[in-house]
Amino acid sequence: MRSYPLLLVLGMNSLLAESVSTLRQAELQELIHQDCGSCHGMKLTGGLGPAITQQALENKSHTFLKNTIRDGRPGTPMPPWKNLISEMDIDWIANYLKQGGVKP
Amino acid sequence: MKLLIVFCFILFSITASATELRGTGDMGVIVERASGGLLVVEHSSNSQLAAIEGLGDLSHASVVYSRDERYAYVFGRDGGLTKIDILAGRIDKRIMQSGNSIGGAISQDGSLVAVSNYEPGGVRIFDAQTLKLVADIPAEYAPGKLSKTVGLVDAPGNRFVFSLYEGNQIWIVDMSNPGKPDIIRIKKIGKAPYDALITPNGRYYIAGLFGEDSMALVDLWHPEEGARKILKGYLRHDEKLPVYKMPHLEGWALAGDQAFVPAVGQHKVLVVNTRDWTLNDEIEVKGQPVFVMARPDGRQVWVNFAFPDNQFVQVIDVESHMLIKTLEPGKGVLHMEFTPRGEAVWISVRDKNRIDVYDTATLNRIKTLPAKKPSGIFFTDRAHKMGL
Repeated sequence: MRSYPLLLVLGMNSLLAESVSTLRQAELQELIHQDCGSCHGMKLTGGLGPAITQQALENKSHTFLKNTIRDGRPGTPMPPWKNLISEMDIDWIANYLKQGGVKP
Repeated sequence: MKLLIVFCFILFSITASATELRGTGDMGVIVERASGGLLVVEHSSNSQLAAIEGLGDLSHASVVYSRDERYAYVFGRDGGLTKIDILAGRIDKRIMQSGNSIGGAISQDGSLVAVSNYEPGGVRIFDAQTLKLVADIPAEYAPGKLSKTVGLVDAPGNRFVFSLYEGNQIWIVDMSNPGKPDIIRIKKIGKAPYDALITPNGRYYIAGLFGEDSMALVDLWHPEEGARKILKGYLRHDEKLPVYKMPHLEGWALAGDQAFVPAVGQHKVLVVNTRDWTLNDEIEVKGQPVFVMARPDGRQVWVNFAFPDNQFVQVIDVESHMLIKTLEPGKGVLHMEFTPRGEAVWISVRDKNRIDVYDTATLNRIKTLPAKKPSGIFFTDRAHKMGL
């Protein structure tokens, strides 16, 4: 989390090509289950927010997921995460969710 | 021979522990949410007494106690309702009562346990002894539409009160006649109630509204008057920040005629005058508050925060409204629980797999206990408090 402002400075495009480090993947997994989990459930089966299991997201596109995570859903409690995580992180999370918690 | 001595020793210890009497007034449980387990603890010498497993998905799990303080009712996310015998350190009964639940309450007379469900939306009420279903109350707010229910509490008169997140209503269920629940439905209370509380005297039920800058208040002495909005427009002069975790209202800090309340989407604790429910003051804090809890004597208020500031805890002096200390127990501070008379507070630190015990006079850490990804901490003195 600390190194993120640096990533921003380096610029997104060059980074998108690179992969999320194993360490970062573990951090993001933790973030998904513990922090997204405070609304969507630790096992992502839903809470105040909807379920975001692979099955629940079957008909949602990768782009839709990325937009939702990045910008939030106005009119709902889903907040934008763009100030806390990078575009690359968002892309990784969208993949992770689409693949039902399997590391992409 | 050696074996025989060991055997005799074991036998002796078993008999000794089986006959040793103890009260439960200094006991409690800690939720280990990732592993679906529970620790039974005591706060006279701050130690673990037992570990219980097999409780299912415990994200956002909460606990209420039987009035004899022997049984803990655990409400799991997966709809599991488990009755734990904390003296014996084992599961007494366990049922799956819904697909997705959020919390529960025990009735004034201790005979009924109610569970608030997201899926299917509504409240189910069970016999506290047997966990047999007594009443099923679907939260139907429009034909065929069920609402998630939140902010379920017990109230005097063997009533339960809860809010409908999608339905924008507050329901009061009178269980004086368990076979025939009497329901008062208060409609259009405001947009998206996300949690609620009842004041310690059991008179006022207050729901936080996610969809607007106010809260809905019902005077349970006069439910016929409906709900009124309080703290209208408390965010008007500020930009609302994204909310990364919904604040909790349970355990609202009441001290004298002041209530300390988490502001939604702001780095602030609001101070509300409880005589007329107007805003007295705003206290700037480290992040978005999740729990704002008063020490039982009402002299200090302790605050924890939403991601990304959840490594901190701040202590506010009630008289001056000044911050007196910022503690940094570590990432993932999820809950705080005071001992009954408030000389110590237990703090769960999820990412450190640890419970920290602080002396509330010196604000120093006096003990740590290991716990796997701990979340909620619940001491048995809750058994005798309304709304807990």
